[in-house]
Amino acid sequence: MRFKRSMLSIPYIVFLIIFVMAPLAVVVVFAFTNGSGHFTFENFFGFFRSSRTIATLIYSLFVALVTTVVCLLLAYPTAYALARSGFKKKNILLLLAIVPMWINFTLRITALKEVLDFLEGNLAYYPFLNTIIGQVYDFLPFMILPLFTVFDEMDKSLLEAGRDLGADRKSLFFSVVLPLSMPGIVSGITMVFLPAMTNYVVLDMLYNSTYIMGSLIGSYFNAYDWHNGSMISAILLLIIVLFSSIGKQKDQNSTIVTPVSPSP
Amino acid sequence: MKKVLVLLTVVTLLLAGCGGTSDTTAPVSDEVVTLRIANSEEYIDEGGWDASETIELPDGEKIRGVDSLVSDFEKWYQEKYGKKVRVLYSTYGTNEDLYNQMTLGNSFDLVCPSEYMIMKLMREKRLEPLSKDFYDKDSVYNYYAKGVSPYIFSRMKQLTEGGEALTDYAAGYMWGTLGTVYNPSKVDKKDAQSFLIYLNKKYRKRITIKDSIRDTYFAGLAIDKEKELAAPDADISSILNDTSQKTVDSVEDIVTAMRENAYSMETDSAKQDLVTKKADASLQWSGDAVFSMDQADETGLKLKYAVPEEGSNLWFDGWVMMKKGINGDADKKQAAEAFIDFVSRPDSVIRNMYYIGYTSAITGGDDPMIEEYLNYTYGSDEDGSVDYDVSYLFGKKCVIKTDPEQLDRQLYAQYPTEDVLKRCAVMKCFSDGANRRISQMWTNVRCYRFPWEG
Repeated sequence: MRFKRSMLSIPYIVFLIIFVMAPLAVVVVFAFTNGSGHFTFENFFGFFRSSRTIATLIYSLFVALVTTVVCLLLAYPTAYALARSGFKKKNILLLLAIVPMWINFTLRITALKEVLDFLEGNLAYYPFLNTIIGQVYDFLPFMILPLFTVFDEMDKSLLEAGRDLGADRKSLFFSVVLPLSMPGIVSGITMVFLPAMTNYVVLDMLYNSTYIMGSLIGSYFNAYDWHNGSMISAILLLIIVLFSSIGKQKDQNSTIVTPVSPSP
Repeated sequence: MKKVLVLLTVVTLLLAGCGGTSDTTAPVSDEVVTLRIANSEEYIDEGGWDASETIELPDGEKIRGVDSLVSDFEKWYQEKYGKKVRVLYSTYGTNEDLYNQMTLGNSFDLVCPSEYMIMKLMREKRLEPLSKDFYDKDSVYNYYAKGVSPYIFSRMKQLTEGGEALTDYAAGYMWGTLGTVYNPSKVDKKDAQSFLIYLNKKYRKRITIKDSIRDTYFAGLAIDKEKELAAPDADISSILNDTSQKTVDSVEDIVTAMRENAYSMETDSAKQDLVTKKADASLQWSGDAVFSMDQADETGLKLKYAVPEEGSNLWFDGWVMMKKGINGDADKKQAAEAFIDFVSRPDSVIRNMYYIGYTSAITGGDDPMIEEYLNYTYGSDEDGSVDYDVSYLFGKKCVIKTDPEQLDRQLYAQYPTEDVLKRCAVMKCFSDGANRRISQMWTNVRCYRFPWEG
């Protein structure tokens, strides 16, 4: 048998089948069966009938939304400044933004907990604020990197042309910089919004005892209710697919942005 | 090319499919018995003690965990039974994790869940009964039969499932109570002696509760049933096992208020938060309470422990054999029961208690070693020391002289007096209906409420 290039994908396909497709199939089977193994839609309708699960979904979306917005507001000027700064400093500055990612995030959150405790006196009074701070701390680099890449690769002559044609700073930003940075924004949002919805470890560690989607799924499995737990996982998956396909559509007309290892 | 891909996939799937089942059937040829044991994390002596940690008992006996108890068992078994045993030891986080693992196809021979999980497994007919010989006190190596505390044994025996006693299937390992660890400079002892502390606004956001349905439900239940429990002829056990819809509904309000009043709902972090004084009181199992007090002692902070007087929870973890794992293999069953006996040998018991801080169900029977260890740890002959009577537990006269401070501290947490345990009930396994009601209650408590929902 002759070696073909497509054979290189075999390990990945095998991995995909065992660790992604098969577990997914198990989740779907559990989601659409009841305790006695019969096919049912009951779990699906149950999710939407319960005001508690809906409230949890909305709370998760809200946590993710606020996290994403704060990340974007912080990362956008940061990435811009990083990309525009002098050549030599640039990489060191970028490194400073990335270095926190080298440390395991539970360790970082543990350290953050002490800082917040010192500043606030008692963590327990500000669970939502702490959650957002923790999530932003955790996800900020994922927003900075894609934005840095687009700013770094942005053609400076376009800005100069805009200025030459009489655009003031404001319209230069809104008609040139912002549209050009759209791919970075979209890919940053995808990388922050979706994981932020289920990142319950941060809530646990910072003593926010309100459930988000991730913790709700766990509670069902602890109560031996695999069927409803799987259904919530499946619905969550559906939401994620939906969001990322919206992201992809927005991304279509632009160049692909690689979120890691920006060019020097 | 496509054919190769398909073939590869099929082969992989077959291999993956076999992984789950092959371990139950493969017979061992060279007469090595393989014993698959699963236990909670950090729940057995793993050895590696410094020489300075050696426990020297009054009669000159020296106890030190050099190797892990598991590997010591392998040596001991080969020596005494003339057969090789290989232990595959694994750990799990919670009883529910263990249950889910086993349901998904992981096979174990010997596991150590809590009493309610043992009852659930009994109900599902998944346990292998202990053999008749296991309780034969005349057999040399039957350390469990000879050493188990008569009091704990009788409390275990009172638990039945489908007409069978828990003791037909389970050998007690560790036991304890549910109570409150508190910082005496911040919290009144009177307050700590009641579950009402968790609703007390005086300690708002300074107390922690457990992120565990059963424990927190129990605390809420005891508050809800406060009046009934206080009646002189109260049937504590049935009151503290009430799972009717009406009760669950009123406990929901209490637990919601507890959550609002709490600093955190935690599984592990409160031990640290007590020591760093972020929290002043914390709902804890007695073993973790001992651990917290020991930790705090090292920093010069004295914490205390109280078992709420309304009535609290008595729990125990026990070794049970899985029917599917043992699978009729007599050698395997013998090795599994020998393991229980080995960890019940007085010196193993002491190593475990020293290492993990919980209280063993073994008091040693005629062997005085565990009583000596108690004296070694808590005994005091200074002026003002008081008598502390734990005869009820040892089934023989056992009174130790101790520092009066210990009446609120480690000794009291590890070996409570009989009147404390008389007011404690075992929380049985919920029925399926009760499980649904209480899970729903928990979801209601934990999920977000829109402002207009109140």
